[in-house]
Amino acid sequence: MLKRLRQFFRFPGGIHLAHRKEASSEKAITQLPLPEKLILPLRQSAGATPVPIVKAGDKVKKGQRIAAAEGWISASLHAPTSGTVRDVGDYPVAHPSGLAAPSIVIEADGEDAWGERQPFLEQTATEYARQVFNPERVQHYLQDMGVVGMGGAVFPSHVKLVKAPGIPLETLIVNGAECEPFVTCDDRLMRERADEIISGLIFLTELLGVREALIAIENNKPEAAVAMQNALAARLESVVHHIRVVIIPAIYPAGSLKQLVYMLTGKRAPIGVLPTQLGVQCFNVATIHAIWRAVAHGEPLIRRIVTVTGDVERPGNLEVPLGASIADILRYAGMRGSADGCLVGGPMMGFLLPHGDAPIGKGIHCLIARSPQLFPPEAPESPCIRCTSCAEACPQGLLPYELYWWSRAGDFAKTQRYHIHECIECGCCAYVCPASIPLPQYFRFAKDQLRAAAKNQEMADQARERFEFRQFRIEREKAERAEKLAQAARAQSAKRAVEQAGASSAPPTSEAEAIIAAAVERTRMAHEAETIDPKPEPGNPA
Amino acid sequence: MNPFSAPYLHRPVSIQRSMNLVLLALLPGILAYLLLIGPALVVQIFIASVSALLFEGVLLYWRGKPVKERLHDHSALVTAWLIALTFPPLSPWWLTVIGVFFAIVIAKQLYGGLGQNPFNPAMIAFAVCIIAFPALMSQWPAQGLTLSFSRQVEIIFGFAPHLDALTSATPLDAIKTALKTDVLHDNVQELLMSQNLYGTFAGRGWEWVTTAYLCGGIFLLIMGVISWHVPLAFIVSMSALALVCWLVDPTRFADPLFHLFSGGAILGAFFIATDPVSGCATPRGKLIFGAGAGLLAYLIRVFGSFPDGIAFAVLLMNLTAPLLDLYCQPRVFGALPSMPVKRADEEKEDAP
Repeated sequence: MLKRLRQFFRFPGGIHLAHRKEASSEKAITQLPLPEKLILPLRQSAGATPVPIVKAGDKVKKGQRIAAAEGWISASLHAPTSGTVRDVGDYPVAHPSGLAAPSIVIEADGEDAWGERQPFLEQTATEYARQVFNPERVQHYLQDMGVVGMGGAVFPSHVKLVKAPGIPLETLIVNGAECEPFVTCDDRLMRERADEIISGLIFLTELLGVREALIAIENNKPEAAVAMQNALAARLESVVHHIRVVIIPAIYPAGSLKQLVYMLTGKRAPIGVLPTQLGVQCFNVATIHAIWRAVAHGEPLIRRIVTVTGDVERPGNLEVPLGASIADILRYAGMRGSADGCLVGGPMMGFLLPHGDAPIGKGIHCLIARSPQLFPPEAPESPCIRCTSCAEACPQGLLPYELYWWSRAGDFAKTQRYHIHECIECGCCAYVCPASIPLPQYFRFAKDQLRAAAKNQEMADQARERFEFRQFRIEREKAERAEKLAQAARAQSAKRAVEQAGASSAPPTSEAEAIIAAAVERTRMAHEAETIDPKPEPGNPA
Repeated sequence: MNPFSAPYLHRPVSIQRSMNLVLLALLPGILAYLLLIGPALVVQIFIASVSALLFEGVLLYWRGKPVKERLHDHSALVTAWLIALTFPPLSPWWLTVIGVFFAIVIAKQLYGGLGQNPFNPAMIAFAVCIIAFPALMSQWPAQGLTLSFSRQVEIIFGFAPHLDALTSATPLDAIKTALKTDVLHDNVQELLMSQNLYGTFAGRGWEWVTTAYLCGGIFLLIMGVISWHVPLAFIVSMSALALVCWLVDPTRFADPLFHLFSGGAILGAFFIATDPVSGCATPRGKLIFGAGAGLLAYLIRVFGSFPDGIAFAVLLMNLTAPLLDLYCQPRVFGALPSMPVKRADEEKEDAP
């Protein structure tokens, strides 16, 4: 039944990891008891931060929009439960920096009462029956529903529904790889809610008109693959004939976009090319589930499934409202005393929560209570011997030892020439490094420095342009004024010449005199014009 | 664990583990050497190891580096063992110490320690000593030398005179002398047999030591400590050149098998030219590096004035390694074959 239906294209590098998913993979999804307080950071997606449209004291219903998308690459934010807005202000967020960010605090009233819901498919029932879609309408609907990529990148999903002009979308890939160790939320979602994922997938394939859709699942999740296959088999053959479950080898990072696209289609996205330009689009299973909940049930993205594992008494997969406190969730799962911290995200690409608490966001799929037993201390960093293990492990074909060398030397321009921006920070290089060098950390630093330098450069360029334009304008105005004055002078002297000519029977020399007089006048006027200082422009860094 | 950044999982590997595997892979060769050439090697290894750790420790201390932690990477021991294996076994103790000094202090630590040295430290030791003390560095024990272990130790520590009768030419030397003096036999094999230097398929005694090195080298390949590129390119290029010369004139040139299994060819191919620090790191760079080292080693050992060419061949290729790496960068994943591979030095200097 689950045959390997196609040849796989093996991306370069990659590593085999111990999956360590068994602690939570057999635990069904359960609901976290409704917290009393939810803190929702405004910035929950890539792109622009949405603008709050509620203020302290407002009553909100479950699913009510509380912040509106700002611009195209941005998604709205909604109240995960009914209650009262207590504050709109800065609160700590789940970010390695540990900094606070603008957030909306909602005190739950415990009723969890939905506001008005308008499922897209009900709104457009007639169109849907006739299979006529207005893609733009879907895009705006999903933006309004706050649906973003739930695999971790939190890129607004509606943007990914826009097709590249002139390129037919051939393949839709459903990313159920879940290649990071420990994480099981997508596995459980596929096992328990396969039907909804398939519904969402059918909706998307019809909307986008793709030739085939591939559900990619790593070979360490056979139950999920069977569940998806069964859900497919339950549908009409004519509807799902182009959808297939594909079991892919478990090589980290098989779930990374570029690697997954290559593995399944053999298409390699060149530097700076998006997969849509290759006729491929990719969505995470949880995102497709969220899209279906939105279009079919009118539910905005207000909750997600989080794997809670590591040094806890009751590891599992919890469905939690956005904004729930990470500390509360860990307490609920029974974090043991031996745990000394919390990893947010998987162990390969996640980060250590810098302070005790932060709220759950749309992109947080895993919480791991850290203990020295689970993550034994690493040896201190020692010198790089250029053994090239990192280059062999890099799935992007980079030379991490060179990037390290130049990052460490502070020559960030050089790192750019070794393609540092192609680094996906998957951590393969540091995993295999015998010298225990935290390579991705060096690369993140180098990228930050480059970004800062580019920004400085941009600002300097703008300032210079402004300055040059100002100089140009001053010169131009000066010239114009001088010309005007000169004209006036010419007119004056010509008039005077005529008067003089009238007064006395003018000898022929008077014409020459007039010209001289006019020139003298012109010079005088020009001098005057120069001494008039133009007002400095406000806001100019003169 | 690094508390600051992902990944939080790590493969249980270390530089010490790699170095220990290299030392382990040298053991078969050392054993064969002890049995067939002479037990004095044990003393040389001891002298070299102790002095290497001493120099390394003192230099690390002066440089303000964590002494204990860095000594534990065992890279100094690998250098020391390679020096002991490439120096004549009966050379005086101070010669070995001088070699180790140049390797560890000058070639390694003064350049910034492990990972920073542009040249292979052990080969620097060999090159310095063979230029400064050519006579001492050419005194290899005569075949069938029966000298008690205690007597050998006395020679090393200078309590007994180093008799010329104890030493003889190596097979490579004998061929070179013949090539230059035109004392020709029907073929090189006969020439060597006349001096009792030929064994089964190469230099007597040395052929088995080299076979043991080969076993160790294959072990390193299997363990993934070294990649196949450098040894293969080295062996192929040296064999190819030797084959051409041998086919042209078998009375003057030895066959490829003889060349591979005499002198330091296999030791060089698997243990010396594969040094990651001073060699190439890109796959294509490694191939060129290995091939270049093999060719140069053959040319130097056959036409040059030194008994063997491995050291100079490797050092010369060390010089070219950064340039080779620059030109041999692999294509980034996703870059199309039609896209020109942009070299790291091509673009103009950027503003920052």
